Amino acid sequence: MKRYLLLGSLVLAIFAGDAAAEEAKLNIYNWSDYITNEVLEEFQKETGIKVVYDVYDSNEVLEAKLLAGHSGYDLVFPTARPFAERHIAAGIYRKLDKSALSNYDNLDPVILGNLADIDPGNEYAVPYMWGTTSIGYNVDKVAERLGTDAKLDSWSLIFDPANAEKLADCGISLLDDSTEVISAALMYLGKDPNSTDKADLDAATEMLKKIRPYIRYIHSSQYINDLANGDLCVAHGYSGDVLQARDRADEAKNGVKVALTIPREGAILAVDVMVIPADAKHPQNAEKFINFVLRPDVVAKITNYVSFANAVPASLSLLEEEVRNDPGIFPPKEVQEKLRSPAQLGPAVQRARSRAWTRVKTGR
Amino acid sequence: MQLPSLSNAAKRIAPSIAKRLSPGKATVGWVPLFWLALFFGLPFLIVARISLSEAVVGVPPYSDLLEWGSDAIVQLRLSFASYLLLWEDNTYVDALLNSVRIAGSATLLCLLLGYPLALGITRAPASWRVPLLMLVILPFWTSFLIRVYAWIGILKDNGLLNNLLMSLGIIDQPLHLLYTEFAVYLGIVYAYLPFMVLPLYASLSRLDDSLLEAASDLGCRPTCAFWRVTVPLTMPGIIAGSLLVFVPAVGEFVIPDLLGGSDSLMIGKVLWTEYFNNRDWPVAAAIAVGLLALLVVPVMLFERYREKEQDA
Repeated sequence: MKRYLLLGSLVLAIFAGDAAAEEAKLNIYNWSDYITNEVLEEFQKETGIKVVYDVYDSNEVLEAKLLAGHSGYDLVFPTARPFAERHIAAGIYRKLDKSALSNYDNLDPVILGNLADIDPGNEYAVPYMWGTTSIGYNVDKVAERLGTDAKLDSWSLIFDPANAEKLADCGISLLDDSTEVISAALMYLGKDPNSTDKADLDAATEMLKKIRPYIRYIHSSQYINDLANGDLCVAHGYSGDVLQARDRADEAKNGVKVALTIPREGAILAVDVMVIPADAKHPQNAEKFINFVLRPDVVAKITNYVSFANAVPASLSLLEEEVRNDPGIFPPKEVQEKLRSPAQLGPAVQRARSRAWTRVKTGR
Repeated sequence: MQLPSLSNAAKRIAPSIAKRLSPGKATVGWVPLFWLALFFGLPFLIVARISLSEAVVGVPPYSDLLEWGSDAIVQLRLSFASYLLLWEDNTYVDALLNSVRIAGSATLLCLLLGYPLALGITRAPASWRVPLLMLVILPFWTSFLIRVYAWIGILKDNGLLNNLLMSLGIIDQPLHLLYTEFAVYLGIVYAYLPFMVLPLYASLSRLDDSLLEAASDLGCRPTCAFWRVTVPLTMPGIIAGSLLVFVPAVGEFVIPDLLGGSDSLMIGKVLWTEYFNNRDWPVAAAIAVGLLALLVVPVMLFERYREKEQDA
């Protein structure tokens, strides 16, 4: 019996440690290729907090881990809509201690205002980066196959079977994400990307089934390397990732030219936010990291590297010239008007979409 | 899948032990049963319970079966929607049949490759046998994941194999090998071959050479001796090796995920998708229960049948 008492007190001691000062550790779970190592090293040097950094390439995987509970992560980066929106509603995040965020006022009030409907009073989420989901393509190979006068600023590049057939041999990829692909398909068909009408979903599914044989693979991060190496012709992908592929190809001087196009029919706009899970073991360290990222010089380094726009206006003047003038990162006004955010569709529609997507993926 | 036979064995043994031994020693028979209940029965009940709930956004991501209503009324809500879905949506049945087909063919390929290999090792000079066996085991010293990743580098369009064939002038356009069913077969055969070779080697090395001499004395040529003596006597090794390859290959997830295309439909991947992409634990749990029923029921019936045979 004595032994059990000893064991019990040991266990208690371990949990009691929580209430005391946090150990100098921070477990971050972020998108792949979404930060620069330089920033992580700088944070470790300044604070002495050791960062354990882990990556994912889809919101669904992050959501699955968060909702399973006890993920072990202190800071995660979901996309605001529809993901962070439903997580905030389900109460799985921790309220921010704004007094610990001395750089909070650096944030763009317009972006904060746009998040207010899913996060009233901006109590849980801090915007990290934003971008679009559009198309990356290999300039020379596409011109070779479609001619030089093909219209490239359209989803028809992937969704028109005539084009897809010509491009199939050099490779087309789609994101492995039912929300992204079905929204894009609906926009191509001239419908509302947030449509809950079953007829619209069926039309999108039929259209996708027609081009399915020409798709080489369906994956959410593989395309970055493959575009850069010339292993892939056209990729449905996140804007910053496509631009990173472009930069990597330029650096490698391998003769591959990658470009980004935001389709005229419309594209999905995504704001990714920083949130702290309710059961995080190192919430104060996570807040230190958020505060660090809100420094203009730090967030400028990240934007320069990942090619996504951030939510700190003061960082603009610190960006590299070509980053600041890149319409893929900062789309012009007329393009911005065409960007749409995914809405909360409800579990039944969500399920219908993921089932339809599974059938398209497996070619059934 | 020896669990049911184990439980049956325990059931058979326990009463007979109880009859013969003092009450204190009778408990020995119940220990394996208790273990089975703890490590198999209980987890199974948890999975079965999840399969009868509904997916929700929350922690945990499924609904409670018991609802406390007003006036202290407890409502039990069971949802069979997940099982209906397995029935209605042919994706799941297709995936299972596909997994069995792929795992079965890969097992056969492993056997065709593994048998000559094992035979070669047993026939090798005594001083070579240990190093040769070590070579079979050697790949296990590298992480399984890294070995599967290595195939990506070999098979991709700009990969080692295509570049080699192009530089030799055998092909002038790269072959699309990666993300195909062929790559899945290759991966499974490569990864599981040692599991086939080792049991085969064990049963081949136990074979008495004088049996083969006797066969040739009786006018049986080497081929005939192989088919009529060696193969039947190493049947235990063949069955053990085949099961060691087939059972894990049916549920294989990593290889089809990394090397196969999105259309290579295998049940392990479907389960993963339900759990991580669709966040649908009830359906994932229903698949697990369904799979178990499909695999366990025939085994149990077979056991029954064998018991009857023994009793007769």
